[in-house]
Amino acid sequence: MSKIVNPSVEYPANTWPLLFYGAAVLILAGIMVGLSYILGQRHEDKDTNTPFESGMKVTGSARLRFSVHFYLVAMFFVIFDLEAVFVVAWAIAFNELGWTGYIGVIIFIGVLTAVLVYEWRIGALDFGPNGKKILKAQKEFK
Amino acid sequence: MQDFYNILPLILVASGIVISVVIEILSDNSEKILPWFSALVLLSASVYSIMLMNNTGTIFNGMLATGGNVYIFHFIFTIGAMLIILGSIDYIKKYGSYFGEYYILILNAVLGMMIMASARDLFMVFIGLELMSICFYVLAGINRKKLNANEASLKYVLLGAFASGFVVYGIALIYGTAQTTSIDKIIAGFVPLSHNILFITGLFLFLVGFSFKIAAFPFHQWVPDVYQGSATTISGLMSTGGKAAAFSVLIILLSAVAPSNANVFRPYFAVIATLSMIYGSIVAISQNNLKRMLAYSSIAHAGYMSIGLASGNYESIAGIIFYLAAYTFMNIGAFIVISMIEGENDSKLQLSDYVGLNAKNPKLAALMALFMFALSGLPPFAGFFGKYYVFISAIEANLTWLAIVGVISSVISVYFYLRVIVLMYFKEPETSVAVHNSNYGVLAAVISALFVIVFGLFPGTLLDLITSFLK
Amino acid sequence: MNIIPIEYYLVLSAFMFAVGITGVLIRKNAIVVFMCIELMLNSANLALVTFSSYLGNAAGQVFVFFVMTVAAAESAVGLAIIIAIFRNKLTVNIDEINIFKW
Repeated sequence: MSKIVNPSVEYPANTWPLLFYGAAVLILAGIMVGLSYILGQRHEDKDTNTPFESGMKVTGSARLRFSVHFYLVAMFFVIFDLEAVFVVAWAIAFNELGWTGYIGVIIFIGVLTAVLVYEWRIGALDFGPNGKKILKAQKEFK
Repeated sequence: MQDFYNILPLILVASGIVISVVIEILSDNSEKILPWFSALVLLSASVYSIMLMNNTGTIFNGMLATGGNVYIFHFIFTIGAMLIILGSIDYIKKYGSYFGEYYILILNAVLGMMIMASARDLFMVFIGLELMSICFYVLAGINRKKLNANEASLKYVLLGAFASGFVVYGIALIYGTAQTTSIDKIIAGFVPLSHNILFITGLFLFLVGFSFKIAAFPFHQWVPDVYQGSATTISGLMSTGGKAAAFSVLIILLSAVAPSNANVFRPYFAVIATLSMIYGSIVAISQNNLKRMLAYSSIAHAGYMSIGLASGNYESIAGIIFYLAAYTFMNIGAFIVISMIEGENDSKLQLSDYVGLNAKNPKLAALMALFMFALSGLPPFAGFFGKYYVFISAIEANLTWLAIVGVISSVISVYFYLRVIVLMYFKEPETSVAVHNSNYGVLAAVISALFVIVFGLFPGTLLDLITSFLK
Repeated sequence: MNIIPIEYYLVLSAFMFAVGITGVLIRKNAIVVFMCIELMLNSANLALVTFSSYLGNAAGQVFVFFVMTVAAAESAVGLAIIIAIFRNKLTVNIDEINIFKW
């Protein structure tokens, strides 16, 4: 490794564009922030500290509440995704582990399948509004 | 195949969990089937753990141990959880969490405890610990509409995960210095390793993490809130099974130093034992909520057991295991009686609700009095011998001052246990509202009372059994 | 490729662990506290992978898989509990969650 690149010799030749670029970024950002600090006006009015919405007054919080389903699906993904790690670890050592490993992984996937069916059954995988429920409620309303 | 036969208790509980999930999928009234199914699974696991008690050894390349004291722990966990399930059948309807998942989670927590007690490898310790803890986090907040339960569960999950962080980092440092995670190999090379500062740091972090789990003094803040806010039956399981499982791991660690006198943990355990005993006993006096009082008493009991960890000889290990067996049954019994007296919406948990209980329901009053006597450590019951063996081991290890502190704090604690009995028997009730009990709950409390009495009358039998496995 | 000495990794992991502990102790938002706990677990992962690579022993890397899985399960449960408490109380500030005294 050290034969190909000798760090002490190559160091300035290789890295000066990077250093120059970094310095340029810092100087440019410094000029922009500094100039607006010197030239900008300062005042303390009623709406100064509210978020800028095209010059209009704020009409509510910028925070949206997402449906809890997004979270639920993300969590299922994270958990089932990580289970794949164990299956991959088995697949790499497939020949060495033989039938014992095969039976082990079958049990593992069997447990995962049972849990997946359970999630399906309790309705954790139903997305969005339930059409049948709405139609039923509409009929009862009439 | 012999290996699989030897860990039959673990396999029974594990396959019981998968079958329970299938029952939950297929059946619409799983909450009626699952209590009986899971009680059956736990009962058969406990029967097999007695039958296989003499098949000592390690299996799966030294990952898990079988037989001996490990199976005594398995017996404690499975029977304790079975009593909790019997007590829950009527209670969770009243508590408002009438779900089948409740029982599946209890089975999972028991599996985690059993893995912890069996573990002979730091990985298995961690996996068992997390399996148990995560199920307890969910069980603490099983009724998601109750703000009390939410708060208990949030505090538990934050502080429990914090403790797990310590445990994992400790394991990482131990692994890096000992170059192995097998507990037996670490114990074999313990003396040269104990001069390595990184190893000692790792061990210390590991101990701090487990001090959270056993609810010892400087790490006790979550205990009163979590026990008060969770469902009463679940508090019963957390305070007994969870504590016993954490102690089972500490005992394995302690056996590293037991033969020699080089107990490097002695100052640490002596300090936390003293602080937890005194703090737990004194603060419990000022509590009016019975669940909170038992939570502080559980901190004090963790202190008494830590005396055994500080002495670190074979007598103390046998004493701790005996103490845990006794404590499990008396505390589970007390929590089950409380769960039967408790009203809707966490009402009827104050001491004033126990005034004149003997006139309203003599059966429950008698059971409660028995458990309070046993917890206070008065002679004919199991609690006395638990404390006695631990204190004797401390004197043998030249820690007489620690035993004296233990006796003093036991004397203090007699006050708040006996106060409950005085209120039940020697005060007239203010209202004449009858207190109903549930038949299954009474059955569970009677079974635990039998264990408390049997261990109290014949303490030698169990102690000899434990000692014979230690040699 | 042994350019970076083992101490650098260990110091980085110890630093991450310290940041995690500090965050848990001083931050007030339950979700931020949870992120700090994840940081603690990941600092342990870094130490495990370092030791595993320097000792030439694969056990540490296998353990990292388990720690990752457990951390995912723990955060799933933890965030679900935080959602439950937010629905009841409309706050995730742990100073305001105080029916029982801390």
